[in-house]
Amino acid sequence: MIQIEHVSKWYGDFHVLKDCSTSVAKGEVVVVCGPSGSGKSTLIKCVNGLEPFQEGTISVNETSVGDAGTNLPQLRSRIGMVFQNFELFPHITVADNIKLGQVKVLNRGDDEATDRSMVLLKRVGLEDQADKHPAQLSGGQQQRVAIARALAMDPIAMLFDEPTSALDPEMINEVLDVMVELAQEGMTMMVVTHEMGFARKVADRVIFMDEGRIEEDATKEDFFGTPRGERAQLFLSKILQH
Amino acid sequence: MSGGFDWNVIFKHIPFLWEGMQVTFLLTFLAILGGILGGTLLALCRLSKFSSLAWFGGSYVNFFRSMPLILVIFWFYFLVPMLLGRPVGSFYSVLIAFTLFEAAYYCEIIRAGISSIGQGQVQAAKAIGLTYQQSMRYIVLPQAFRNMVPILLTQGIILFQDTSLVYVVGLKDFLVTADIVANRDNRLIEMYSTVAFVYFVLCLLGSLGVRRLQRKYAL
Amino acid sequence: MNYNWNWGVLTQEPYYDWILSGFGWTLATGSAAWLIAISLGSVIGVMRTTDIPILRTIGTVYVEIFRNIPLLVQMFLWYFVLPEIVPRDSGMWLKRELPMPEYSTAVVCLGMYHASRVAEQVRAGIESIGQGQRYAAMAIGLTPVQVYRYALLPVAYRIIVPPLTSDFLGIMKNSSLALTIGVLELTAQTRQIEEYTFQGFEAFTAATILYILITAVVMAAMRVVEKRTVVPGMISLEAK
Repeated sequence: MIQIEHVSKWYGDFHVLKDCSTSVAKGEVVVVCGPSGSGKSTLIKCVNGLEPFQEGTISVNETSVGDAGTNLPQLRSRIGMVFQNFELFPHITVADNIKLGQVKVLNRGDDEATDRSMVLLKRVGLEDQADKHPAQLSGGQQQRVAIARALAMDPIAMLFDEPTSALDPEMINEVLDVMVELAQEGMTMMVVTHEMGFARKVADRVIFMDEGRIEEDATKEDFFGTPRGERAQLFLSKILQH
Repeated sequence: MSGGFDWNVIFKHIPFLWEGMQVTFLLTFLAILGGILGGTLLALCRLSKFSSLAWFGGSYVNFFRSMPLILVIFWFYFLVPMLLGRPVGSFYSVLIAFTLFEAAYYCEIIRAGISSIGQGQVQAAKAIGLTYQQSMRYIVLPQAFRNMVPILLTQGIILFQDTSLVYVVGLKDFLVTADIVANRDNRLIEMYSTVAFVYFVLCLLGSLGVRRLQRKYAL
Repeated sequence: MNYNWNWGVLTQEPYYDWILSGFGWTLATGSAAWLIAISLGSVIGVMRTTDIPILRTIGTVYVEIFRNIPLLVQMFLWYFVLPEIVPRDSGMWLKRELPMPEYSTAVVCLGMYHASRVAEQVRAGIESIGQGQRYAAMAIGLTPVQVYRYALLPVAYRIIVPPLTSDFLGIMKNSSLALTIGVLELTAQTRQIEEYTFQGFEAFTAATILYILITAVVMAAMRVVEKRTVVPGMISLEAK
């Protein structure tokens, strides 16, 4: 479903991604972890073309992301993305946040979009918040709305960029629960996160990145059992301590 | 339009234009000085604990900021000779008008700058035993001004452009001298283009200089 | 001080009519120019925030040209120089056929000058929103135009209501410059009254009061607009 081949990226002189290659098969859940600055957020933003890259290729469902001829907005409408800071649109209601993409990109009718939005809100447990504005919701609630917003586009894959890093601890689980459900339903997911509990539960593979490189790319069992690299081991030990 | 672009008319009158430019520079410089001084006093009024001073400062600023500069120029062009009981050169009336007008704008810049110096500094000054005046003079104002320099300079560039309005009372600044030549020799295009070009270059250099200053002393 | 007070001059004909007419022209000039300023200014402001280099350059050049030349000089360029440097037929049209030439020129001049200021405010508003919102809008599949239309601009405009209002007041005040090319707006009319009657105090007071009135009404309107468009949890840039 997602193929990343020899991708390199520079920000000016800074070499932020170094020859990264990996793939995510349909229905697979891949967790990407690593220290700050390792390039994991950047990599995931390259997958749906939010960030450009200078070398290599990325393709999603056979469509090349880096190709000049690719219709990026159309491609992005098929990939859902959830951001660390939720990024709900503050000036419209929760329901309208979920409707916007459906109406303006997928050209769904207003009624159909509204119905679908309510279904999704119910799914994430927030149907009574439909008419509120994002700022009136807690962080955990906002992130669940963000997930609903992404799901409203009927995506073939979902990208998560540290979805719980900006949340207070007591709200992390409500978001992770939604993500676990999604995984169990067979959604193709690429998740950048520090939440190793989540990884152990639903991940198929775990990728460890450090300084722009993919250092480890192993099945969950192998990764948590005996990671091959020193750095991954060090990272794991630090993370698993708390 | 008679003939091509006549560079000569510009070069011939450079001394005359330069005289006009000197008036522009002088007016700008004096108005900036007066404006900053007046603006500082007004800012202190607005920030003062005495409600009458605060009210005065606020009313002054709101009043002058509601009015077009041209109207202020007319006001003082009319008032100053009358109050003094004798004719006064337009330069002095205009200078007073500009100073009082700009003081309102400088006041707001300075007030924001002073307010941006947190309470902590004032308390530290008090703790050493400085009076209000001393803490203002030695601790708050120096820091505030350092932060404000770029914005004060930018306002100065705006003032420099605003001086062109003395046209309405015929004071011989750069624009008016160019206008005189333009009408006398029927060379409007050449003269107005020159004025525009000169202002453009000076103001652009000025604002680039301010930006460089900002980057260098970024606080 | 030797001055004969005569407040009655303000209610006398024709001076009373002059004041009203001048006030009307001030409002007409300012409002028309504002329409140009806000539409053109928004486009240029948006251009400066895209990542298409040529658009950014055009936007930057526009802003730098219009804000480094005094408004009065710009007015003269439009009124005196433009008709002479365009092709002969257009020049003729401008000099003979253009309806209300002084007014039209003043409106275009003011509009394009203030467009550069609106552009800067729109740019500041959009830049204060942050990259994340832009990414979120792109991630749903909105095209660049849609990103601006549905995610960035609605928020940016709300944020810049105060400085935009200041600028609107600025345009009303700058309409006074049109007197130099013959538009008989408020300041011009009161100056005329002063020249005819020597009642400068009364005449200029009338103008002063009317300008203060414009400011008061606009500020009150701004507060209403702010209240109605406020979004819970949003910041606002300061009025300048």
